[in-house]
Amino acid sequence: MTPDELEQISEDERAAREQGGHTINVCMAAGCMSCQSGAVKEALDKEIVRRGWEKGCRAKGVGCMGLCAAGPLVSTEKGTLYQHVTAEDAPDILDSLEGAAVQRIVCRTDVPFFQRQKKIVLENSGIVDPERMEDYIGFLGYGALLKVLSEMTPSEVVQEIVKSGLRGRGGAGYPTGLKWSTVAKAFGSQKYVICNADEGDPGAFMDRSVLESDPHRVIEGMLIAAYAVGANEGYIYVRAEYPLAIKRLRTAIRQAERAALLGTSICGTRFSFRLDLRLGAGAFVCGEETALIASVEGKRGTPRPRPPYPSQSGLFDAPTLINNVETYANIAPIIRNGGGWYSQIGAEKSKGTKVFALAGSIVNTGLVEVPMGITLREIVFEIGGGIPEGRHFKAVQTGGPSGGCLPAEALDMPVEYETLARAGSIMGSGGMIVMDESSCMVDVAKYFMDFCKTESCGKCVPCRVGTYQMKELLDRICSFKAVPADRAMLEELSDLLRNTSLCGLGQSAPNPVLSTLRYFEDEYLSHIERRQCPAGVCSRQQEDVA
Amino acid sequence: MRRLGNQSRGLIEVLHTVQETFGYLDEAALRYVAMSLRVPLSRAYGVATFYQFFTLKPGGQHTCVICTGTACYIKGAGQLLNSIEKEHGIRPGETTADGKVSLVTARCLGSCGLAPAVVYDNQVAGKVSAQALRDRLAQWTRHDS
Repeated sequence: MTPDELEQISEDERAAREQGGHTINVCMAAGCMSCQSGAVKEALDKEIVRRGWEKGCRAKGVGCMGLCAAGPLVSTEKGTLYQHVTAEDAPDILDSLEGAAVQRIVCRTDVPFFQRQKKIVLENSGIVDPERMEDYIGFLGYGALLKVLSEMTPSEVVQEIVKSGLRGRGGAGYPTGLKWSTVAKAFGSQKYVICNADEGDPGAFMDRSVLESDPHRVIEGMLIAAYAVGANEGYIYVRAEYPLAIKRLRTAIRQAERAALLGTSICGTRFSFRLDLRLGAGAFVCGEETALIASVEGKRGTPRPRPPYPSQSGLFDAPTLINNVETYANIAPIIRNGGGWYSQIGAEKSKGTKVFALAGSIVNTGLVEVPMGITLREIVFEIGGGIPEGRHFKAVQTGGPSGGCLPAEALDMPVEYETLARAGSIMGSGGMIVMDESSCMVDVAKYFMDFCKTESCGKCVPCRVGTYQMKELLDRICSFKAVPADRAMLEELSDLLRNTSLCGLGQSAPNPVLSTLRYFEDEYLSHIERRQCPAGVCSRQQEDVA
Repeated sequence: MRRLGNQSRGLIEVLHTVQETFGYLDEAALRYVAMSLRVPLSRAYGVATFYQFFTLKPGGQHTCVICTGTACYIKGAGQLLNSIEKEHGIRPGETTADGKVSLVTARCLGSCGLAPAVVYDNQVAGKVSAQALRDRLAQWTRHDS
């Protein structure tokens, strides 16, 4: 595809949009799909045909609109959002296109959940059809790639990313620009670009949503990265548990190949890039970059010591750039608007926005994108709508099994990489699970330790044996058989794991235990000394067993 | 189908395809794959057992996947598992003696808005109660379909 052709498609799409006619957007991401949004779209399609409105009206399947708790979601171009839509609502929705909204199912959009968000990564989610490349192009898609190929040298691209201050969105927050320049400078004729879409944290579904809603954006980000670092081959490593994301990615790659946006001499330049999909197979540790590389090579996903870092010697021993889905999704807007624009958003040391998946005991379960530096309180109580059923906030868990539980006292803390780390948690990939007083924090720590124990790859001893021992100790505490010395042992083991494990999984496995010990010590004491579970969770489990 | 390059690096991809076709990986399949890709059988077996997604045993007629992600866990996925164990005597990864129902757990289905989520034969159900689960499984074990 030549630049002119790309422009042409973009123009055509825009003209088609403006020319009139109604578009009804139906959310077709996994969350809404499992509440039968497919049937809703079918009903709308049928009803449109029945009324003979095919010319002036169409129902379009789009990506995630964010408020998964109220799914299936449907929106019209007037900005009306409908929630909990069923197939029976189709005629009413069509009637409302020319008149007043259907009050019965309308979802208010003037609430903080929609008003307080700032969308960069998700700007197209819920708007473009993830299965049509032309639609993406119509919303400035692949424009950044074109700009890069025609106006910028690879080092200028890297400079722009450095200037933006973007940091890795996979959890650790390594500066993306620095990573890119390391790979760009690395010696070697063959380089690789990998997209880490092995979103293993339970309770996190940001990456899945991005891939399902806007796959071309990730591909565009990878293309720009490949151009910047000089790679000509890339892989997207995606979890096998995400069938819909895999299907949409396959479609997107095929479309891009057909349009010659992937392959040899892209847009008539000498730049070529081949992109392929690799499926994970249910191993959490494969989110760790060296383990991921081993898995892409077709081996068991076990990590290896670093250095050498993948940016020097990664996939098939060639310099490899690994970034997370969300990181790649940020690239195109940065190139389009400039690094300076991006660095204006967010906080001092953490630039830009972050997507969080809100879940657990919270009213507005779903996906939100907020500028960095916002406080946890704003996320949980304003955007999230607080705790349902009149219960009270107890803790928020960030960062999955590697993160920690933060108590009410920490709610006014700004969300940044450093502040979260200081409080004993991590930014992580963006899962945020809210708990109320019905959750027992020791039980939660046990749950995460069990997770780490099962997912430990078994290569290094501290992690393999340590997680097992810690799980046993937590089991004892939860079944009220612990002695006070067990607590000290737990702390000692945490220290050991943190300092001697090979990879991030083992090093961060004690985080949930340490953070709960720090903020909810009285719950541990209650279990150990008074043999009581304040939330009643552990006592109930005891009865279940008995 | 297997011609994904016939290189050892494609091992995981090939195993995915085999499992998709046959439902599980038996010894013959593993031997064949290892031979075709020219990797030691030990490595093929190692990979097949390392990843949770691969299974070496055939599953039951119906599969019930219970999500044990954090959101589902705090909303009661543990109780669901307990109730199945009490009722049918199977734990995650096992199949009932009559071969009717397999119980599997998933790390996270990413449908946290629906917690606790259960997948009955590829159909996601949200906000599942222990009673609803029991009814559904009873249906499976009683009828032959």
